[in-house]
Amino acid sequence: MMPINNLILVTGQVILLVLFAPLVSGFIRKIKNNLRMRKGPSVLQPYYNVQKLISKDEVISRHASWIFLAAPVIVFASIICALFLVLLAQLGPFGNNDMAILIAAFFVLGLGRFFLALAGLDTASSFGGMGSSREMFISSFAEPIAFVAVFVLCMSGADTFRISTLLAGFAILMVTLAETSRVPVDNQETHLELTMVHEAMVLEYSGRSLALIELASHTKQIIFFILLSWYFFPSMTGGVWGWVIFPGKIAIISLAIALIELSVAKMRLFRVVDFLSFSFFIALLASIAAGLGI
Amino acid sequence: MINFLPKQLFFFDPLAVFFLVVIGLVCVPSAIFSIGYLRAESLKRKILSWVLLIIFAFSMCSVVLSGNMLLFLICWEVMSLVSYFLVVFDFKQEKSIRAGIIYLVMTHAGTACLMAAFFILYNHAGSFDYAAVKQSFMLLTPQLRNIIFLLLFIGFATKAGVVPLHIWLPYAHPQAPAHISSIMSGVMIKVGIYGMMRFFITLLGPGPAWWGAFILALGIVSCLVGVIYALMDHDLKKLLAYHSVENIGIILLGLGTAMFFGSRGKTVVAVLAMCAGLYHLVNHALFKGLLFLCSGSVFKASGLRDMEKMGGLIKKMPMTALFFLIGAMGISALPPLNGFVSEWLTFQAFFSGVLESQGWVKIFMVLSAAALAMTSGLAAACFVKAFGISFLGSPRSVRAQDAKECGFSMKAGMALLAIPVILFGIGAGFIMPILLSISRAALGVEKADISVRLLSVLPAMIAVILLVIGSAVFLWFRFGLRNKRVSYNTWDCGYYSLDSRNEYTATAFSKPFRIAFSFFLLPYRKSEKIRDSFYHVRKFTYETHTTSVFKRFLYEPLLRLIYSTAFKMRKLQPGSIHLYIFYIFATLVGLITIAAIF
Repeated sequence: MMPINNLILVTGQVILLVLFAPLVSGFIRKIKNNLRMRKGPSVLQPYYNVQKLISKDEVISRHASWIFLAAPVIVFASIICALFLVLLAQLGPFGNNDMAILIAAFFVLGLGRFFLALAGLDTASSFGGMGSSREMFISSFAEPIAFVAVFVLCMSGADTFRISTLLAGFAILMVTLAETSRVPVDNQETHLELTMVHEAMVLEYSGRSLALIELASHTKQIIFFILLSWYFFPSMTGGVWGWVIFPGKIAIISLAIALIELSVAKMRLFRVVDFLSFSFFIALLASIAAGLGI
Repeated sequence: MINFLPKQLFFFDPLAVFFLVVIGLVCVPSAIFSIGYLRAESLKRKILSWVLLIIFAFSMCSVVLSGNMLLFLICWEVMSLVSYFLVVFDFKQEKSIRAGIIYLVMTHAGTACLMAAFFILYNHAGSFDYAAVKQSFMLLTPQLRNIIFLLLFIGFATKAGVVPLHIWLPYAHPQAPAHISSIMSGVMIKVGIYGMMRFFITLLGPGPAWWGAFILALGIVSCLVGVIYALMDHDLKKLLAYHSVENIGIILLGLGTAMFFGSRGKTVVAVLAMCAGLYHLVNHALFKGLLFLCSGSVFKASGLRDMEKMGGLIKKMPMTALFFLIGAMGISALPPLNGFVSEWLTFQAFFSGVLESQGWVKIFMVLSAAALAMTSGLAAACFVKAFGISFLGSPRSVRAQDAKECGFSMKAGMALLAIPVILFGIGAGFIMPILLSISRAALGVEKADISVRLLSVLPAMIAVILLVIGSAVFLWFRFGLRNKRVSYNTWDCGYYSLDSRNEYTATAFSKPFRIAFSFFLLPYRKSEKIRDSFYHVRKFTYETHTTSVFKRFLYEPLLRLIYSTAFKMRKLQPGSIHLYIFYIFATLVGLITIAAIF
């Protein structure tokens, strides 16, 4: 089932994608800035940020315990592990086994989220607690949607365009906005306690720990973009050809995300429930369509 | 009356032995824990506690091993009564007595249903033996079978704590001593599940498909209701009790799916689902036992059960905190620990169910999977709250400030449950074949074509990847980088006197959930202002509560009904002996009529 050369291939892909991930964030920021008639920083800025953070000293709260220090490492490891599983599933024809692997990948993402949320509470700051509470709140509504969408993908397969997978793709797109802290749900660009979710949770982090968390967030974004690419660009994953067009697919998705971020306003926290419930019903419709075989 | 006494006293089959192992896995560590937990008690009470504990453990073992309904019922009743005495072990507290009464009433209502079902079965089989019951059940009419199913289900579900019969759990579990809560929640409610598996699958099964669908639907309701109530509760042990409701729901998801597909002849799905149910059962026994022991350790150290007064315990009691974290990770289904494996298996069972069915059943399976996904997300949120508020941050009260780590026997008890929580996750490859053979034996399936290779490899593979990357990054941070780590105050926006009152509380943490589920929780507030003058408020108290829907709309009307009928029935007792003789006669006629019908 898992020949050793597949494992080597996937490991290579993981390393490449982790290196590639900050570029995607930089690219999205560049598009947003250009559309706002601003020049903005270079697309390589996320790399500079990571390098700068690694070279700095780190400040740790007096209240913090080992959880605070361990969390970034666990978050990073879990997101790499999830990426590994997602790429492993990509090799298969999206059947029973791949469904199991994908579900496991979501559970692994949950591990990182759990520890980051704990770290938010660890520093005895109310910002951290606020962020943890909101993050767990949003993710517990996003998780069922992602699972139903994975079910749909594995019921229909990703060999050609289908109504079911397209619908599920829209559901997953909304989940992606929530999980990668994009605008209608969260905002990466602001530090205001009314709006922060992810940023509030990691507010106490600095130095190398923050670098690791940022790298992990970029990688998490890539995971969701890969998921999206299966739904919107079916039958284009395998072989050398798949690798050639891969940056193109990611660029199109990044453009779409940037446009969404620019054209909608951030929602109130409790409106997110409506947003995600809507997404859930789309996913459910997709599963009905998949049941009908369309 | 010759075959009144059953021929078959005990009955060893894979299912019974599996439950025996589960009982042993939890009871032994809990007993070890109780050495330290009861240290301050008098010798008399220590002896009492041990005697009751041993009777309790043996009664549970005999329930699962009994080979006939009569012995089953006797042991079941012994188990219920002994656990009642253990719930009221701290009888000086009024709360304990009240919890005990609720438990006693609920459990006997359940036992009454079981007795009714058993006597109907006996009447037709002419024997209490399982073998005879199994043979005669097939000959009954469908209506009668459904009645028996419902009676048995109510009986077992009361013990297992299935919504809406879960009402006694959040009273009884918190009041009992920690090691008893651990056994009650870890094992005793599982004996109810054992009853369902024994009767609905091995003896009376496979029943009609609606039995399975019914159990599956109640499983969905239980897991969501349980976890939502758990999120709202800030009493550590009550929170854990509500999580038992949730996890029983998850076990029922597996059991219901197994029954549903078993009756439709889809044996592969049925075996997989049964396996998932059994796996979650043993997992829940382990991590829930562990979590209750940890809450007991916290209670011994600080006298606290209210999370809002805890905080910072990870520094005072590092080992307890570590064990609680392991339990919390297990119950939140985080890989590579055990809860993950069983929930993951349940998802796989649902997915094979989707592939193996048509029409509305597909949607039903997808919805069940979505409900489970939501449950696991909410459970993770709840345990971020439980661990984060109680163990992290800074202490919120003097008692939490002065907490001390527990003694060796308590640590040993917790460790004996924490290690299997890890092993049952990583070592899934060794557990799965055993559980598969138990499920096959229970469902009476000779051979089910299930590949366990992926199941065996993946949890261990996740563990290896996490370990390799984690340790690589850790070593790089530790030895590869020169820059310093400085300890300083938490950022406070220039306030300069941040203390524990600025911390996020459990109530605040669960507020988004309270608002999102307000249609079900019906939250309300109480606030009171004491003023010196119009401009100056001297004291302001603010409370927020949620309404228990089941208590208000189900149990309270029921109780009112019982009381009002009781008042009306007083008229039946005018004191005339002639009337009483008439009653006896009428009862006799009534009983004969019922006996003739059934």
